[in-house]
Amino acid sequence: MLERYLTGASTYAHSIDHLFLLIAALVGFWLIVAEIALFWLSFKFRRKQGRPTQYVTGEEKHLARWVTIPHLLVIVCDIVILVPALIVWFNIKQTNPPIEQTVRVFGQQWAWSFQQPGPDGILDTADDIRTVGELHVTVNTTYRFELRSRDVVHSFAVPSFRLKQDALPGRTISGWFRPNRVGTYDIQCTQICGIGHALMAGRVIVETPQEHAAWLIRASNPALAERESPPASATGASIVAEVRR
Amino acid sequence: MSTQVPHAEQGIFQKYFWSTDHKIIAMQYLFTGMAMGLIGGYLAYVFRMQLAFPGHSVPGFGIVTPGEYNTVVTMHGSIMIFWVAMPVLIAAFGNFLIPLMIGCDDMAFPRINRLSYQIFLLSAVVLVASFLVKGGAFGGAWTSYPPLSASGAYNLTPLGASLWLVAVALEFVAFLLGGVNFIVTAMNSRAPGMTMYDIPMVVWMIVLASIMFMASVGPLIAGAVMLLFDQTLKTGFYDPARGGDPLLWQHLFWFFGHPEVYVVLLPAIGIVAELLTVFARKKLFGYKTILYTTWATVIISFLVWAHHQFVAGIDPRMANIFSVTTLLVSVPITEMVFLYIATLYGGSIRFHTPMLWAVAFVAEFMIGGVTGIFLGASGTDIYLHDTYFVIAHFHYTFVPIAIFSVFGGLTYWYPKMFGRMLNDTLGKVHFWGTAIPFNLIFIPLFITGAAGDQRRTYNYALFAEQSRPVLQHLRMFATFGLLVMLLFQLVFLFNFFWSLRHGRRAEANPWMANTLEWTVPSPPPHGNFAKLPTVYRGPYEYGVPGRIDDYWPQDVPN
Amino acid sequence: MSTRPISNTRSVTGIPSARLITWWVIASEIVIFGGLLATYVMHNLGHPEWRAAAMHTNTWLGALNTFVLLTSSLSAVLAFKAADTLDGAKAAKFLRLTALGGTIFLVIKGIEWTREIHEGFVLSSGGFWSFYYVLTGLHGLHVLAGMIILLVVAADAAKNRELQRVECIGLYWHFVDIVWIFLFPLLYIAR
Repeated sequence: MLERYLTGASTYAHSIDHLFLLIAALVGFWLIVAEIALFWLSFKFRRKQGRPTQYVTGEEKHLARWVTIPHLLVIVCDIVILVPALIVWFNIKQTNPPIEQTVRVFGQQWAWSFQQPGPDGILDTADDIRTVGELHVTVNTTYRFELRSRDVVHSFAVPSFRLKQDALPGRTISGWFRPNRVGTYDIQCTQICGIGHALMAGRVIVETPQEHAAWLIRASNPALAERESPPASATGASIVAEVRR
Repeated sequence: MSTQVPHAEQGIFQKYFWSTDHKIIAMQYLFTGMAMGLIGGYLAYVFRMQLAFPGHSVPGFGIVTPGEYNTVVTMHGSIMIFWVAMPVLIAAFGNFLIPLMIGCDDMAFPRINRLSYQIFLLSAVVLVASFLVKGGAFGGAWTSYPPLSASGAYNLTPLGASLWLVAVALEFVAFLLGGVNFIVTAMNSRAPGMTMYDIPMVVWMIVLASIMFMASVGPLIAGAVMLLFDQTLKTGFYDPARGGDPLLWQHLFWFFGHPEVYVVLLPAIGIVAELLTVFARKKLFGYKTILYTTWATVIISFLVWAHHQFVAGIDPRMANIFSVTTLLVSVPITEMVFLYIATLYGGSIRFHTPMLWAVAFVAEFMIGGVTGIFLGASGTDIYLHDTYFVIAHFHYTFVPIAIFSVFGGLTYWYPKMFGRMLNDTLGKVHFWGTAIPFNLIFIPLFITGAAGDQRRTYNYALFAEQSRPVLQHLRMFATFGLLVMLLFQLVFLFNFFWSLRHGRRAEANPWMANTLEWTVPSPPPHGNFAKLPTVYRGPYEYGVPGRIDDYWPQDVPN
Repeated sequence: MSTRPISNTRSVTGIPSARLITWWVIASEIVIFGGLLATYVMHNLGHPEWRAAAMHTNTWLGALNTFVLLTSSLSAVLAFKAADTLDGAKAAKFLRLTALGGTIFLVIKGIEWTREIHEGFVLSSGGFWSFYYVLTGLHGLHVLAGMIILLVVAADAAKNRELQRVECIGLYWHFVDIVWIFLFPLLYIAR
C-alpha cells in the first residue's frame, strides 16, 4: 500500500509495507464497523413523537454483549497486529545480517556527510572517500551504517529505504540497510535541527557494481573529480544563501 | 455576564479581575484560552500558507523565513496544548462545572484558585512577550529537544528558548495549584447524598486528569529547571561532551508528554458523556465500566512514553515493551468508545448543536485512535515516525478534543454561563463549516505523510521525492481546508458575542438535564445555590419507566 | 474574602480539606523530587568518576544539618500537639522554633556552599556538582518557603486563629525533612 505513495528500494521496505497493509486492513475494518454503528444508531434513534426512550443501564447481559464481544475481537486483532509488528522491528533494528560494506554517516547543521572506504576496501585509511550530501552505494549489498552527530539531534531518514534513525551527539548508533533497486533517492533529516532543517537534504545513489566501481575510481582520483560538476560545495553555498535570505 | 452584584462595594476590577468566584475564574480561563486560540489559529494559517505557496509572501504576515517558520510551528504546538486545550478544557470547564455539579458554593480553596489563574495569565504574557525579544520566540519545536534547545548557538533564539521554558514551567505550576484544588473540592465538598457513582462523568474526568497531570509533570518541572541552567548557567545536564545525556530530556518530556494527551482527552470525553446522555435522553451505557476503563487508561498511559522514541537511539529492545503497552492502552479506550456508541441505543436523539459536536467527536476521534495503531506498532513507526502521518494522527485526536468537545461544551453550557441561548442555526452552520473542512485538512496529510513528508520542514524544494506535484497539490488542498475552517470560526465568534446581548433569555434548565447546575438560575448567582441541594440519584436517570417526565433531576426527592 | 465558602467546610471523606490539600501538594512535590532524584541516581550509576567529586562534600556539616532539621521537625510536632489542645501561643512558640531550625540549616548550607565555591566547585563544574547544586538548591528553596509559611501560621496561631494550619505546615515541614534524609546519603555518603 505504501508503494503507491513512495517506491520501496531496500529489502525491508517490503516488510514494512506489508505490515502497514495488514494494520490498514484490520483497523480499517473496525473503523468502518464502528462508524456505521455510530451513524446507524444516531439515525435509527433520532427523536420521534410518541416513541419513549428505553431505560438501559448497560449491565443487561443481552445488551452488554454487543459491546463485549466486539471488544474481545478487537483485542484479538491487537495481537494479530502486534506480533508481525515486533517481528518486523526485530528484523530491522535488532538483527545484524552479514555485513558487506560499512559507511559512516555524520549529521551536522545542516548537511549529511559520509565516509566510505576507498579502493583498498578498508575504513580509516588514507584513501577513504568523504562526500557531502551524496552517498554512493552498490545495489544488493548489505551496508552497515555508523551514525554520528556533530552538534544537535538529527534523524537520518531514507524514505525509499524505509530507514530512519536519530543521530545523537556523543554516541555512535549503527544499523544496516540493503538497497535492492538502482536509482537516486532522497535523504532527509526528520528531526528539527535548527533553521536549516529543511535544507538538510542529501541523495543516496544506488548503483550497479560496474557504475559503483567507476564512481570509486573517479572519486578517489581528485584530478578526475575536479572536472565533474561540483557536488558538495554547490550544496553548501546554496544552503548558506538560502539561510541568509 | 452575570447581572447580580453580590457585594455592592465591589468595583469592576474586584469583580472581574480579583474575584475568587469560581465562575468568574472560569470565564477568565475561557477568554484567555480563546484569545490564545486565535493566536494559535493564526500561526497555523501562516505555516500552512507557506507550505502551500512556498516562498510567497503570506497575507498578514509577509515572507516566512526558515527561522520564522520554526518559531511559528513551535508556538502553534505549544500554545494549542498548553494555553488553549489545558486552560479551556480543564480550567474553564473544571472551574465552572465542579462546584455547580457537585452542589456547593465555590471551590474548596477560592484564593488558591485565583492564584492559579494569575500564574497562568503570567505564563501566557511571558510566552506572548517572547515573540518580541531579540531573535524572536523559540523555534526548537514544542518538544524542545536538547542540544538544539540548550544552546543559543544552535537554535538562534536564545532568549526565546529561555522565555519559553519559563512560561511552560509557570503554566505547570498554575495547573498544579488548580489541580489540587479540583481534586480536594471533588473529594470533600460534594452535596449530601452524592456518592462516588453519582458524580457526573465530566467531574470525574477533570479530577482524574488533574491527578494524572500532577503525577506526570513533576519530573519535567525538574527537567525544565535543568534545561534552563544548561541554557543560561553553562551546566551540562544534556550535553554529552560534559557527561550529560540528550536522551534524558526526551524521557522526562515524554513521561509527561504522553499522559498529557490523556490529561486533555479525559475532560473532553467527560463533556461528551454529558452531551450524549442529555440529547439522547439516555442513561450512560455502563457508567461504572467507563470509570474503570478510564482508570485503566490513566495507569497504562504512564507506561507508554517511549513509543515517541522508537528510533531516537534508545535500546531497540525497549521498543518491544513499549509497543506492547501502547497497543494495550487501546484496549480500555476502545471499550470506552464502544460504550459511548452504545449509549445512543434506544435513545430519542435531539440533534441540537451540542449533540452534533458530541457525535462528531466520537466519529473523528475514532479515526485518530485507529491511526495511532500504525505508530504504536514499532515496525511501521520506523517509516512513519516524524512524518505528516503523525501530524494527521494526533490532530485527529487533538482537534476533536480541543475543538469539537469544547464547542460542544460551550454551546451546551452557554445558557448557564451567560443566561442566554446561542442561535442554533448559526451553531449548526458553524458545526458543518468546521467539521467538514477539518477532514479536508488532515486526510490529505495522511497521504503526504505516507509518501514520506517529514515534519517541521518549511520548504520541500530540495527533496525530489517530496517535490512531486501531486504532493504539492495535496498540501495546497489541506491549506484550502484550513482557510475554510478558519473562516467559519467567524460565525461562532459572531454568534457568541451577539447572543451575549441578543440571545433568547435562558430559563434555569433549557435542555431538561439532570445535573445540579441546571437547578439554579442562568447564570447562577454568587454562591450558586439559594438552598444547598441534597442528591438522591445518579446524574443520568433519563427515561425512567413510570415517570411522566423523561428526566429526573438529581436533587428531586423520590 | 473573609467568609469561608461552605465548600471549604465540608468534609465528605472525613479528612479536613486543609489536610487533604496538603497531602496532595506533598504528593506533587514527591513527584518533582522523585523525578530529579531518580535522574541523579541513574546518572550516578553511569558515571563512576562522580564519586571523586562527591569526596569534596563535607559529611560532617551535612550530618549536622540532618540533626538540625530532625530537631526542627520535633519542634513542629510539639507545635501540633499544642494546637491540638487549642494553645495557640504555645504552638506559635514551637513554630517559630521550627523556623529557627530552618534558619540554622540554611546558614550551615550557606557555609558549605561558600567553602565549595571557594574550592572552585560551582554549578558548571561537572555532572556531580550540577546535580548537587540543583538538588540542594531546590531543597533549600523549599526550606525557605516553609519558613515563611511557618512564620505566617505562627502569627495567626499566636492570636488563636486558623489553628488547623499548624498541622498542615507541620506535615509539609516533615516532607522537606524527609527529602533531606534522601539527599544526605546520596550526596554526602554514597561515594
